[in-house]
Amino acid sequence: MSRLYAEQLHIAYGERDIVKDLNISIPDGKITTIIGPNGCGKSTVLKTLSRILNPKSGSVYLDGKAVSKESTKKIAQKMAILPQSPDSPEGLTVGELVSYGRFPYQKGFGKLTKRDFEVIDWALHVTGVSEFKDRPVDALSGGQRQRVWIAMALAQETDIILLDEPTTYLDLSHQLEVLELLHQLNRDEKRTIVMVIHDLNHAARFAHHMVAMKDGSILKEGTAEEVMTRSVLRNVFHIDAEIGVDPRTRKPVCLTYDLIKNVQLVENLA
Amino acid sequence: MFKTKTKLIKNNKVYSRPAVGLVILLFGFILLLASMGLAISVGAAQINFPTVWNSILNYDPSREADRIIMSLRLPRELGAAIVGAAFAVSGAIMQGMTRNPLADPGLLGLNAGASLALACVFAFNTGADYFTVMLISFIGAGIGAGMVFELGSMSRGGLSPIRITLAGAAVSALLSSLGEGIALYFKLSQDLAFWTAGGVSGTNWAQLKLIVPVVIVGILIAVMFSRQLTILSFGEEVARGLGQRTLLTKVVLMTVVLILAGAAVSLVGAIAFVGLMVPHIVRFLVGTDYRWIIPCSAMFGSVLMVLADTFARTVNAPYETPVGAVVAMIGVPFFLYLARKGGRKLS
Repeated sequence: MSRLYAEQLHIAYGERDIVKDLNISIPDGKITTIIGPNGCGKSTVLKTLSRILNPKSGSVYLDGKAVSKESTKKIAQKMAILPQSPDSPEGLTVGELVSYGRFPYQKGFGKLTKRDFEVIDWALHVTGVSEFKDRPVDALSGGQRQRVWIAMALAQETDIILLDEPTTYLDLSHQLEVLELLHQLNRDEKRTIVMVIHDLNHAARFAHHMVAMKDGSILKEGTAEEVMTRSVLRNVFHIDAEIGVDPRTRKPVCLTYDLIKNVQLVENLA
Repeated sequence: MFKTKTKLIKNNKVYSRPAVGLVILLFGFILLLASMGLAISVGAAQINFPTVWNSILNYDPSREADRIIMSLRLPRELGAAIVGAAFAVSGAIMQGMTRNPLADPGLLGLNAGASLALACVFAFNTGADYFTVMLISFIGAGIGAGMVFELGSMSRGGLSPIRITLAGAAVSALLSSLGEGIALYFKLSQDLAFWTAGGVSGTNWAQLKLIVPVVIVGILIAVMFSRQLTILSFGEEVARGLGQRTLLTKVVLMTVVLILAGAAVSLVGAIAFVGLMVPHIVRFLVGTDYRWIIPCSAMFGSVLMVLADTFARTVNAPYETPVGAVVAMIGVPFFLYLARKGGRKLS
């Protein structure tokens, strides 16, 4: 049994049901990517797994205990969440922001211990933002800022890290930089990583386990080879995709695609 | 449990700015003492500094200067200081909680609610003692804020800064006009106009005995929760991810705001802009960490109110200019400056 799993999740915003009767289990020590069209509920599921949202019914379990019953600070020592493009507070320095990642371990006024400083410095170092330590977060570029937020999540020293679209708004090289960093954290330290991601090729390239969602339920999950297929993509995204093999990584890639409606339209015209 | 392979990097840098913060706090304290000294010595009867000092230390009721100081000026300036601290701290909390740079108890219905409640008290129960007045003003502040939050969070997407500001403007307008209506109908517009314009002139020791402990306790709780406030200012999702009990934190902080704003309004009426301006000035000096913003706001809020009140009663002596007008005179240009700057994100 995985350390993190959810049973019979029913999630709604007010009257509107987003997710109905969903079961999901996150493999330990692996990278899991969740893909799906806009509004399919993938971010909602991620938020529920990380207890930011409470499900209407069903439960999320971490180490065999329902997260709603456990102390939220204890959970924050095991599981970190990076929400989608958080606002960076004006004026706070990189070092100050990352130091708040130690919050789950602190009591009272939160004086940082020697160990806290070591962890903070390690997190700054491994994400490559040490040199910006004394600069205000809002003065950094998008890619640097995203790495700072990841550093804060790392300072939480958790086995499990959940990320909601960590590459959105980043350019090509910064996207890869962030994904390589997560890949490295998984490979070298066996951290469990779960992320919602829009780019199918990135999702396939870095995932040990892929989850494809549509209309609030899981349509298909498995290895990249199992999920990145013509039929799954047709069902999930309503696209006609050409799938090949990446000559460098040997992972499946979507080479090109068409909207299925358009295909029919073209056929009708012909 | 996972253990990070910490690679020790030599580093003695601190991650918050206690040195700067302490200097600012100390500077603020000296400034406060100086402005209180100035405030007590100037006025219709000029009293020099040594006399002020002497009469506070060895009070002798047979001397006229001592009587003026102890029964008029000292309580008045203490009142100004405590009210300034209360408004400034509640403004800082509101700005952090709502992540809205324009948040201020005055703009969020607190002051208007308290004023309306006071109008009701004056209209229906003229003999209310000060404790009742204060209590009613808390309740009014609570109703005002409750309406703003209810109205602001009705639609999907919850409490966005812009919604809170709009709801605050609407609720404030409604409650103020209701208050004015009551005042007109019961012919107490003069009493209330004086009240809403704001003034610390009538402050006496009995009021201070009640209000000073309330405000001090409020500020102490705010200081205790200041780190939580910084985390909350990163956004609700980040805060929950870090293991904060966000609902509890918000309830505590909102209660503190109600206590501080309610107490301050009950003493001097609705004075806008102190809660808006002071935290911004302080943020400019000590950064975005509320562990420093809260205590420094308290200090500089006091200084601002004491100086504004001194100006208000000396600029057109022997007449009193409403202190609310003086603060607004400084506040409006500041507000425009903030709007021009974009009133962007802050924490």
